[in-house]
Parts: sequence; structure tokens; C-alpha cells
Amino acid sequence: MNPPRSAVAGLGRVFVYGSAALLSLFILIPIYLMTLAAFSSNEDTYAYPKELLPRGLSTETMRFFINFGGVLDALQRSVIVAVITLVLALVIGTPAGYALARFAFRGGDTLRLSVVGTRAFPIVILSIPLAVIFIRWGVDDTVLGVSIAHTALALPFVVLTTASVFAGVSPELEEAAMTLGCSRATAFVKVALPLALPGLAASAIFVFIVSWNEVFAASLLTLRHRTLPAEVLALLEGAPPNFRFAGGFFLMAPSVIVILLIRRYLFSMWGRVLK
Amino acid sequence: MADVRFHAIRKTFGKVTAVDDVDLEVADGDFVVLLGPSGCGKTTLLRCLAGLEKVDGGRVLIGGRDATNLPPRRRRIAMVFQSYAVFPHLKLFDNIAFGLRMQKEPKTVIRERVDFAAKLLHIEDLLDRYPSQISGGQRQRVAVARAIATKADVLLMDEPLSNLDALLRMEMRAELKALLRQLGTTTIYVTHDQVEALSMGDRIAVMNAGRIVQLDSPLAVYDYPADTFVGGFVGTPPMNFLAADISRNGAVPLVNLSGGSFPLDDPEVGRLAGRRLVLGIRAEAIVVEPAAGEGLIEATVIVVEPLGSHNLLTVKTGDDLLKVSTPPHLFPEPDSLIWLRLEPGRIRWMDSESGRAIPLADPAAAPVPG
Repeated sequence: MNPPRSAVAGLGRVFVYGSAALLSLFILIPIYLMTLAAFSSNEDTYAYPKELLPRGLSTETMRFFINFGGVLDALQRSVIVAVITLVLALVIGTPAGYALARFAFRGGDTLRLSVVGTRAFPIVILSIPLAVIFIRWGVDDTVLGVSIAHTALALPFVVLTTASVFAGVSPELEEAAMTLGCSRATAFVKVALPLALPGLAASAIFVFIVSWNEVFAASLLTLRHRTLPAEVLALLEGAPPNFRFAGGFFLMAPSVIVILLIRRYLFSMWGRVLK
Repeated sequence: MADVRFHAIRKTFGKVTAVDDVDLEVADGDFVVLLGPSGCGKTTLLRCLAGLEKVDGGRVLIGGRDATNLPPRRRRIAMVFQSYAVFPHLKLFDNIAFGLRMQKEPKTVIRERVDFAAKLLHIEDLLDRYPSQISGGQRQRVAVARAIATKADVLLMDEPLSNLDALLRMEMRAELKALLRQLGTTTIYVTHDQVEALSMGDRIAVMNAGRIVQLDSPLAVYDYPADTFVGGFVGTPPMNFLAADISRNGAVPLVNLSGGSFPLDDPEVGRLAGRRLVLGIRAEAIVVEPAAGEGLIEATVIVVEPLGSHNLLTVKTGDDLLKVSTPPHLFPEPDSLIWLRLEPGRIRWMDSESGRAIPLADPAAAPVPG
């Protein structure tokens, strides 16, 4: 063993772990403070100087918030909307991404551009026509209506990410499957799809979070059947800070859980390491 | 087991013609190598046979069946890809079993055939690993095992050894040849490596610019190239080509090169008098003599490359550079003069305009039957 080299390697490792720790703190501290406030009583939230360690934890604020009005219903709607959006966006977007990655067809580049182009229009200027169309279709103020709007928002991202994911899967693998007895479709299902799974999972996380956090279209298109962010926005406008923290925590928790669930598809695959 | 026939296959990509009106017949159990430089259409031709490319004209027959419009899975072929195309998400066992599972073979049959193929390729101890956990050479073996496990009628190989390092490639070449002989499967093998083609194939189809320019046994391709392209592509070093013409002043025709003349006692050659010709000769068909003499050509030594088994000289005679192979003990000094004797029986004549070989009735060496 060569001592100087291992010392350099050791320094490098210290640097890597140090940076990782800093980055983690940057993200975790606000989350921690918010969680703390959400589970503190009103007085503790206002106390100064702030206690960094929990003192007299109480679920009172949280309980009040959850039991208030339609919060639980809104939560349920948000989950349903996010799941429908996720399914719709992946079912529509994945084949489009696959086609963009695999086939050179006339207008392919135009399609790619126009996919991005849809995001060039802020949803604000689309809001009135959107509302009119949805009312005409009779899907205003419904879970389905919000899902459709969210799908439209998430689709460009899904198409472009899945296109690059499939571009990373060698076409020769599918051709090999086809010489071994697969049709084009079964070759896709048996070879391309499993290999693209980590990328698709990342795409799914993003779609879920886009839908979960989206507040403008949701507020615009619903009145009595609001999703959670729209509901929280409407409810907490004049509420005391600890209720706002409770609302924030409530919004954040499910997306953290979803990321944790999908995360394993992102990393540990086929003996290819990585935890 | 099946024979393969191509009838007038054409394949174009936009304005580029990749395969231009190719006919080829491969007998049952034959091992044919498609050899050519990159871009000559050999891989495209193979992919047309596999059904991975749609032909723009012509017909493909496999075992007498018209397969022109069949999808790959109905052609009873198996293919080994240059990149191996081993499925990264499946363990080796499942990789090799993939085709058998698609054919809905019973479990016991699958087990048996995978074991058989794995043993043939010496990977039986790796079957529960993932492809990322084995070496490139082992992955290549998996690709071959997967192809032979299905017992396809025709085995297609697209540069299967080109991603291996030199030593492994040489080892695998012999192993693969023995293996394919043992299996007796009709095989079409694409390569740009002429050593691979010469050493492995029963027959070689040399391709250039989308056409097959010569289809012969390896030795015939080496000794009797159909044109200057084949002579220059096959063999290390390539065949020497010298501008030449023939005059008949006396009884014996005289061959005139830029560096001198020598008599060639062959009435057939005499008939070429007056034409502008190219003389083709292999490096090992030239004998180096230390002193001037009857029928010898003077040359200057430019470079001497000792290669162990022999020495390779680059010499200059007149305007022409030649490669000459000499025994290992012969070390002429650079810039020194030597004299060359061209073995009469191994001289080939080409037309200077077209580059095509001019066939001569050759009493010494009848062309090897291809």
C-alpha cells in the first residue's frame, strides 16, 4: 500500500461526504423546522429564541387541521388525481417517447419541438378557454377534469425523458429478442420496458409531484371539489402560522413517501450495484 | 438445417444503395463468410436475411421457403450481434433460455438445452450471474450459446469476434470454427477481418460497394483474386500490383515492368501482348537473389521488418513499391541492391482498365473448385 495515495483518497472521501452532508442539511433543516412547528403548540411556535429540539410535542395543531373542513376529502382527491395523472401521462407519453427514440419519421424533429413548445404558453393565458372547454365537456369541478389538465402539464416532460431513456436502450437488444421469437411488441415488453424501468420510475415520480403540487389549474377548475394544495391555499390564507406549517407538512409527507417507494427501482437493479 | 438462397436482393437507404442485386446460394451445412470493408453492405445483407431489414427487391429463400416477407421470428434463424446484445436484466441462464421460452418448450427441455449450450461454450458455472458480472469475452460466449440453444436452421453472425482483444479473438476463432463444424449448422458469418475469413470459412463471398465480387474457397480467393480489389483486400500484406505489358520479340514472351524485363515461357501469356496489364503477385511468391542473373529484376531495399517467422521487405523497382517476404535469416541492408525472381506459376494478370482478372488456362495450377 502506498501511504500518500491512500491519504489523498481519504481526503477525497472526506470532501465527498462533507459535501453530501452539507447538501442534505440544506434540504433537511427547513423540513425539520416545518415538521417541528407542525407538531408544536401555538405558543411554542411563537416562542423566541427558538428551541431546536422538540419540547412538549403535541398533535393538537395537526389534528385540528386534519379534522377541519374538507381536508381529508381534498387529500383523497389529490391522491386520486395524482394517480390518474401518473397513469394517463405514462400510458400516453411512453409510446410517444419510444417512437421519438427509435424511429426516424417525417416531422419527428417538429414533434419534439412542439412537445417542448406547449410549455411555452403560461397556463394563465390558457385559463379562461380551458375553463370554458371543461364546462362544456362537463368535467369542470371533477377529479377527472383536474387529472386531464395535469396530464397535459406533465406530458412534455414524460415524452422527452422517456425518449432519452429508450435512446439509452440499444436497439440491438430488441432485434436480438426478435430473432429469438419475439414480435416487435413482445420484444418491447420483454426487453426494452424492463431496461427502461428506472428511467420510467424517475419520470413517474416527477409526474406525481407535478400533479401533487399543482395549484393553479386545480384552483381554476374546481370549486367544491378541490385538491389538497388548492384546498390548503383557500383555507390557510388567514390562518395562524402553526396551521400553515401543519398544511405544509401535510402537503410534503405523501410525496416523500412516494419517492421512498419508487426509489428502489431507480437504484438497485440487476446486480448492477448501488444502494 | 436448411439452405439459403438470395435472389437479386436490393436494399437502399434513401439514395444510397447498400446491397445491389446480390445473388448468393448457401448449401445446407455450409459456412459462408461475407467479407468486405466497412460500408460494403455485408451487414445489411445479413440483416435482410434475418428479417431485420425489409428488402427493396429480390427474394430470400430459407430451406426452400420464401421468407422475403416473414418477420424474424418466423424465419428459424438465430443471430449473434457484434455488440453481443446480451440482455442485461436477465441472468445468463435466462438469456440462453430466452428463445426456448418463446418457443414454449417444456422446462426439462429448456434446462437440458441451456446446459448443453453452456457446456459447449464453457460458461456452465456462470449461469446464475448477470451479464454485468462477467467479462466481455464471456458475454460473447453467452451470445453464441443463446444462438445455438434454439437449434435454429441458420446461424447468422455479425462480426462476433471484433470486440475481443487480439489474443482472445485468435483463441475464439479456432474454438468457434470447431464448434460450428461439430454442430453442422448452416452459418453465414460477416467480418471485415480477412484473416478471420480465410481461417474460418468453407467459402468466402468478398463484397465491395454492395455487390459480391468473388465467391470462392478461401485459398482460391487468396491465390486467384477476381480483381485488384480482392487481391488488395485479402492477405497480409496485400497482393503486389505492378503496371506491365508483354512484348514478343523472340520465341519467349517478355514481361516489361517499370523496373526491368524478364522472359515468361507461357504461350497463354504471349496472347496478352500489346494490352495494358497489371501484374499481381503475393509477397511470398517472390524470391530474393543476392546477385544479378537471367530473368531477375533489380530492386532497392527500402525497409526491412523482421516478423519472427519471416522478414517483410519493402523494395522499390522502377516506379513500383513491392512487399517481399523472405526467410528470417535474410537481412539485406536498407538501400542495398537485391534481385527478384517472380515465381511464374503465381503471377496473376489483370486488365489495367477494369482491374478484373484475366483467366488463363494454367496447366500448373488448376483453380481450386469453389
